[in-house]
Amino acid sequence: MIRLNPKYIPLLATAVVLVAVFGTGAALYPNFGTPRVFVNLLNDNAFVGVAAVGESFVILSGGIDLSVGSMVAFVGILIAKLLQVGCDPFLAMGIALCAGTFAGAVMGCLIHFFEMPPFLVTLAGLFCLRGLGFVIYPESIGIDHPFYGEVLPQLSILVAPKAVLPFTAMCFLASVLVATFIASFTRFGRNIYAIGSNENSARLMGLPIGQTKILTYALAGFFSAAGGVVATFYMQSGNPASFVGLELDAIASVVIGGTLLTGGVGFIPGTLMGVLILGLIQTLINFNGTLNSWWTKIVIGVLLLIFIVLQKLISRRAVTQL
Amino acid sequence: MSDSLSDLIFWIAFAAILLALRRQRIFWTVGALALLLLFNQFFTPGFFHLQILDGHLYGSRIDVLNQGAKVMLLSLGMVLVIATGGVDLSVGAVMAIAAAVSSRLLVTQHLPAGVAIVAALCISVLAGAWNGLLVAGFGIQPIVATLVLMVAGRGIAQLITEGQIINFLDPTMVYLGNGHLFGLPFTLTLVVVMLLLTHFLVRRTALGLFIESVGDNDEASRYSGINAKQVKFLVYTFSGLCAGLAGLVACSNIKSADANNIGLYLELDAILAVVVGGTSLQGGRFYLVGAVVGGLFIQTLTTTFYAKNVSSDIAPVPKALVIIAVCLLQSEVFRARLAWVLSPLEKFLKPVGSRLPRHLPTTARHDSPKS
Repeated sequence: MIRLNPKYIPLLATAVVLVAVFGTGAALYPNFGTPRVFVNLLNDNAFVGVAAVGESFVILSGGIDLSVGSMVAFVGILIAKLLQVGCDPFLAMGIALCAGTFAGAVMGCLIHFFEMPPFLVTLAGLFCLRGLGFVIYPESIGIDHPFYGEVLPQLSILVAPKAVLPFTAMCFLASVLVATFIASFTRFGRNIYAIGSNENSARLMGLPIGQTKILTYALAGFFSAAGGVVATFYMQSGNPASFVGLELDAIASVVIGGTLLTGGVGFIPGTLMGVLILGLIQTLINFNGTLNSWWTKIVIGVLLLIFIVLQKLISRRAVTQL
Repeated sequence: MSDSLSDLIFWIAFAAILLALRRQRIFWTVGALALLLLFNQFFTPGFFHLQILDGHLYGSRIDVLNQGAKVMLLSLGMVLVIATGGVDLSVGAVMAIAAAVSSRLLVTQHLPAGVAIVAALCISVLAGAWNGLLVAGFGIQPIVATLVLMVAGRGIAQLITEGQIINFLDPTMVYLGNGHLFGLPFTLTLVVVMLLLTHFLVRRTALGLFIESVGDNDEASRYSGINAKQVKFLVYTFSGLCAGLAGLVACSNIKSADANNIGLYLELDAILAVVVGGTSLQGGRFYLVGAVVGGLFIQTLTTTFYAKNVSSDIAPVPKALVIIAVCLLQSEVFRARLAWVLSPLEKFLKPVGSRLPRHLPTTARHDSPKS
């Protein structure tokens, strides 16, 4: 038998769960296995997915980012307001992405320079961004710019009969590809893994701890903001009160995607699978029709638990092997 | 007229408390609360107005005490959890579960209020024990372990209420969050009783010392014969109980159980209260009264925003700035840098100090028995 590197076990488990959930759905409902359902799945979860990709970097580095949901809502209302006052859509998106990256970088600086716990700093970020969203405009603003109404719907590809891959889904897949490249094939990515595994060893090896940490949070801010941009594509509006608790979905996706919450182990494609599993559970419950939506939370909680215990068992075995 | 008199008495009492606490760590928390109240004294008309209706006291300060009860109760459990170096993110969800269980038993099962309350508290203790099992038994990081219940808890609460908002009118249940005892809200009595109970538990037995030693160094305390796992299990269970009480108060306040919104984001307020109260998130030393005063501070801040017509949506921004400021002051690195920035000032002040060497021994002798 081939000896499997323990770091691949969570990823494999995620893949098994994904196939099992999809298989269950396909077996129970005749229309579940169609490409159309799958494309919708990608579309509906695109903004969560993009944000979860950013969250993956932070968790890989051993930190946590709780500001995701607020960031998505903040960027949404920012873009909607800018478009309302007659700003160019691309400029608005640019401003939003810069703002997100800047907010992430500020949080990273606080965490690095003052050695404050990431949990608290990003919690403050959560409060701050949520409030700032309401400062921009306290209510939902609809977006009726021609770019959103006319250009975006054309930017979709027919991937299979009756299944159109919309632009939001493409953004999601593209961000997964870019993030996978950054995480696995760049020096910066390897530094993140090193810091996440053991910060002291990484420091002794002479890796640039501060630079990497701040960049990681800035990158997470960028991806969260990008998630916000994708959310405006999807919702066609901006609402400062929306996406409460999105950070929990993002963290759950990352963990179910096989990334260790202690940092250092995990893969970005795992996060893609994690997001799909969460989305599939939602779809399954919708297909069923008799189950209520609160079952989603319970199932996600149970899956989280299973993966956390699995991770614990694996890391314990890895320690005893040393 | 009588208002200004009562204000004067209030401030004299407050100043006396501050003076008595000047050497304690909690001084800073009480001082922050005093500053906030002072701001309200001058800039919020009516904040200090007290009136007696039907033998009960009413006023903004009484509102703060009543509304702050939830955060104060939560912070009692949270401070012990944080002292062991952990954190309990699930308290908001446990509040929702307790509210759901009690109102369900009360309304659909027609059980007496006493049974409903005891059952809800038992379920909350069970929820806390579950967190304790994950953290102490399986050795999972506290943030992660309690995240599970934070995500699933609200789903469970909604399962219990079947997605409905359950309204109730049972007098005992309504009394819990709205009743008065000795002219003051009953919730205040509840908080004081819980505070005394917890204080007795951790300061009159060795438990407090065990908690601090586990928070300081888990391994070392295990080697010195402390059952670290048991201590951890106990604090999470206790946090569950506190969350259950807070949940009962919360649903009694609005006479209904809304599984979606009860205790939403309250875990963050509780953590904030503990941090403002002087307890470090790294674990170790904890300040029980500090956490309760911290909870009072948070509630005063919130009430001030409402009184100043700040939209409840924008209120999180200043709250966030307070978190950052408090954490910065707790950060060793920031303190060191602050000292470095202030060092020229210190040099400037030094000649003044060097003129007093003759007096130093005497002052030292005077100080030592006092402290």
